[in-house]
Amino acid sequence: MEEVKIGIYVCHCGLNIADIVDVEEVTKYATTLPAVVVSRNYKFMCSDPGQNMIKEDIKELGLNRVVVASCSPLMHEPTFRRTIQEAGVNPYLFEMANIREHCSWITEDHKAATEKAKALVSAAVRRVYYHQPLEIKEVPVNPNTLIIGGGIAGIQAALEIADSEHKVYLVERDPSIGGHMIQFDKTFPTLDCSACILTPKMTSVGMHPYIELMTYSEVEEISGFVGSFKARIRKKARYVDEDKCNGCGVCVTKCPWKANSEFDLGLSERKAIYTPFAQAVPNIPVIDTEHCAYFLKEKCRACEKFCELGAIDFEQVDQIVEVEVGNIIVTTGYDSFDPTPITQYGYGKFDNVYTGLEFERICNAVGPTSGKIVLKDGSEPKSVAILHCVGSRDENYHEYCSRVCCMYALKYSHLIKERTDAEVYQMYIDMRCFGKGYEEFYKRLSEEGVNFIRGKVAEVTDRAINEDEQGKLIVCGEDTLLCKTIRVPVDMVILATALEPRSDAAEVAKLLTITQSADGFFLERHPKLDPVATMTDGVFIAGCCQGPKDIPDAVAQASAAATRVLALISKGRVELEAATAVIDEEKCSGCRICNLLCPYSAISFIEDEKVSRINEALCKGCGTCVAACPSAAITHRQFTMEEITAEIEGVLV
Amino acid sequence: MSFEPKIVGFLCNWCSYRGADLAGTARMKCAPNVRIIRVMCSGRVEPAFIVKAFQLGADGVLVLGCHPGDCHYAEGNYKTIRRMSLLQKMLPQLGIETDRVRLDWVSASEGDRFVSIVDDMTEKVRALGPFTKNSDEEKHG
Repeated sequence: MEEVKIGIYVCHCGLNIADIVDVEEVTKYATTLPAVVVSRNYKFMCSDPGQNMIKEDIKELGLNRVVVASCSPLMHEPTFRRTIQEAGVNPYLFEMANIREHCSWITEDHKAATEKAKALVSAAVRRVYYHQPLEIKEVPVNPNTLIIGGGIAGIQAALEIADSEHKVYLVERDPSIGGHMIQFDKTFPTLDCSACILTPKMTSVGMHPYIELMTYSEVEEISGFVGSFKARIRKKARYVDEDKCNGCGVCVTKCPWKANSEFDLGLSERKAIYTPFAQAVPNIPVIDTEHCAYFLKEKCRACEKFCELGAIDFEQVDQIVEVEVGNIIVTTGYDSFDPTPITQYGYGKFDNVYTGLEFERICNAVGPTSGKIVLKDGSEPKSVAILHCVGSRDENYHEYCSRVCCMYALKYSHLIKERTDAEVYQMYIDMRCFGKGYEEFYKRLSEEGVNFIRGKVAEVTDRAINEDEQGKLIVCGEDTLLCKTIRVPVDMVILATALEPRSDAAEVAKLLTITQSADGFFLERHPKLDPVATMTDGVFIAGCCQGPKDIPDAVAQASAAATRVLALISKGRVELEAATAVIDEEKCSGCRICNLLCPYSAISFIEDEKVSRINEALCKGCGTCVAACPSAAITHRQFTMEEITAEIEGVLV
Repeated sequence: MSFEPKIVGFLCNWCSYRGADLAGTARMKCAPNVRIIRVMCSGRVEPAFIVKAFQLGADGVLVLGCHPGDCHYAEGNYKTIRRMSLLQKMLPQLGIETDRVRLDWVSASEGDRFVSIVDDMTEKVRALGPFTKNSDEEKHG
C-alpha cells in the first residue's frame, strides 16, 4: 500500500465557524495527527480559491486523502468529492468533519466548541486513513414517469414531461382529474375563471399521446429505486367499459337513484351513476355501488337498458396494472380542514355557516345554487362575515399559516360585493398578502367598501340580545385595533378553513419511503435549495402535499419537479450507491441470517457454493446485514469496522 | 471544573443526522457533549461499536434512528430495536450502567427533539459521573 498522505482543511465559513471555534488552534492541532502532511485554514473552503488550494496540494504534496472540516457533509460532500476527483484522487478518499451544524452553531462556549471541533477533525483523519477507492457504477434510467395525483400540480408536471415525448402514467383516485382547482369559481387576485384556465389543460392530458391517464385508480405498491421503479396500481371497477362509452350521459339522466355529491361537498345531489362534474376528464361515468339499486337490491339496471353502446358492465372487477418507471412525482394535494370540532363557530349547527370550500361551490356558476349567493332559505344575505385562520395559526389544530386563506377571503368579499348588496366583514388576525399583485388586491377590496376588523372571533351565536340581532348569526369577538368587544349580526358566516395534509398522507409516505415534516406535509430534501426532491432519489413532490400553497406556487413546483425528472431522463443513467456491502465468501458460513434481514432482498444464497452473495445493483448500503453477520464476513464499504472504530477512537481524544 | 461527559452518538444519515443538522441550522443551543458518527442506518450499529466506545473512554453512547415505520431502508431500525434491547440486558454484566446507553428516534424535521434528547442524555450521564473501566475491573475482579 502506498504511503498515506492526508491534507486537512479547516473552513472559517465566514464567521459562522470562526466566531466560535478557534480555527487556528484546530489547524495546528491537526498537524499532530497521524499521516497528516498539511493542515490549513481558509475563509470559505467551498469557494474556487478554497477548492484550488486542495487541488494544488494534491499536485505538489502528493496527497492521497483529504479531510475538510466545515459544514454538514449533506451540504458540501459532493462538492469536495468532485474537487479531489478533478485532481485525480478517487472521490471516496475524502471525509468531512461537521464543525458548523454540530459544533459552532449549537453552542456559544468557545472552549467547548474548539475542543469538539478538534475531536471531530481527529475522527475524520483517523477514519479517512482507512478509506479505500470505490468504483462508481451506473445503471440506465427508465424514461417513463409515474405521477400520483391529478390536481393542477400533477396535470402541469404530466404535460411538461409528456410534451417532451416521454411517457407519463398519471394516476388519480377520483373518477376525474382536476383536483381542488376545478372546484373553484374564480382565482385570486386576477379573478380569472378557474375552470376556463384549467379545463384546456385537463383536455390536453386526456388526449395526450404520451400520457396514460388512469383515473379511479390507486397506487398500492412501489418497489425498486431511482431509474427503475415498479408500481402496482389498482384500477377500481367503474362498471362502465371505458372503450365503449362515448360520454353521452344518457345513463346518468335515466338513473333514478341519488346520493350526495362529493364534488359539491354534499350541497347538491348526484346520481348513483355519475361523472363528478360536466367537464370531467375522462368523461366516463362510474357507478357508486353503495347507492346503485342493482348492487343493493339486484334490480333496476336502467342505465344498462338505455345505453345504446352497451358500455355498462355490472360484472367488471378491479384490475391490477403493473408499470415500470424511472421517476415518480407525488402531487397528492391537501384536505380541507373540517371545522366541526371548533363548536363555538357553529359549523354543522347553524344553517348558514359554511367552510371556505363550500362557499367556493356556492359561488360557482355550475354549483348547487348556479352561482347565486343565497342563504339556505333561498334569500339573498344582507350581511356576511368571513372568519380567518379557522384551524390555521391555532395551537389546538395547526400551528402553521395556510397561506391562501387571506387571499381567498378577499376574493369572496369581491364576489359577494359583485353579486349582492351585502355588507362584508373580514375578521382577521393579520392580513397576509404575500404574492405578486396580492397587496394591490387587498387595497382594491378596501376601496370596495369591505369592513376589515382585526381580532380572532370568539363565538358565533344565535342568542340575540337586542332587536337588531333577532334571527341573525351574531359574530362575537374583540376588535383589537379599537380595544373593544364587538357583536356583529350577520346572515351568513364563512369560515376560512385551513389546508391540511391528506388524511392518508402517512400511508402514502410509507409507500414511497419519503418523510413527513412535523405538520404532516411531505418533507422536501432541503427547505431552500432542494424544495421538490425528497430523501428518496427519483421521488419528487410538488403542490400542496408539500405544504399549503397557492396555484402559481403549485404550478411552479410541478414544473420544477418535471424538470428534475427530465434532467434524469436526458442524462439516461444514474450512479449506483458505491458504499454497498460485500460478502467475503471465504469467511461466509452460509448461515443465511443476512438473507432474511435485507430489506431489498439483495442477498441470495448460492446453493452450489453454500455461501450468500449480494447483488450490488439492489444493495442500498444500509449496513444492517453487516452488523448481523456472526462471522464478520460482510464488509460495508465506506463504513467498515476499521473505519468506524478509528472514528470512535478519534471522537474520544 | 465540573465533569463534562463524552458521549458518542451514532446517527443515521437520513433522519437523525438531518435532525441534528437542523438543530444547528436553526441555531438551537444544546450541550456540545455528543460527538456524532454518521452511519447510513441505525441498523448498521453493531453492539460491538458501543462496547468499543466505552473501552476507548466514552461516558455514554446515544444511538438515534428514524422513527419506527419511517426507516429510509424500510425496516433497519426494527433490527436496531432488537439488538439494542439485547445489549441493554448485557450492559450490567459488562459493568456499564444501562442509563449510559440510549436508543431514540429523531426525524429530519425534529431539531428540537434532537436538542432535548441530547440535553437530557448529557445531564443523566453527568449525574452518573465518569465511566471508568478501572473501577469496573475492581468491582468485578
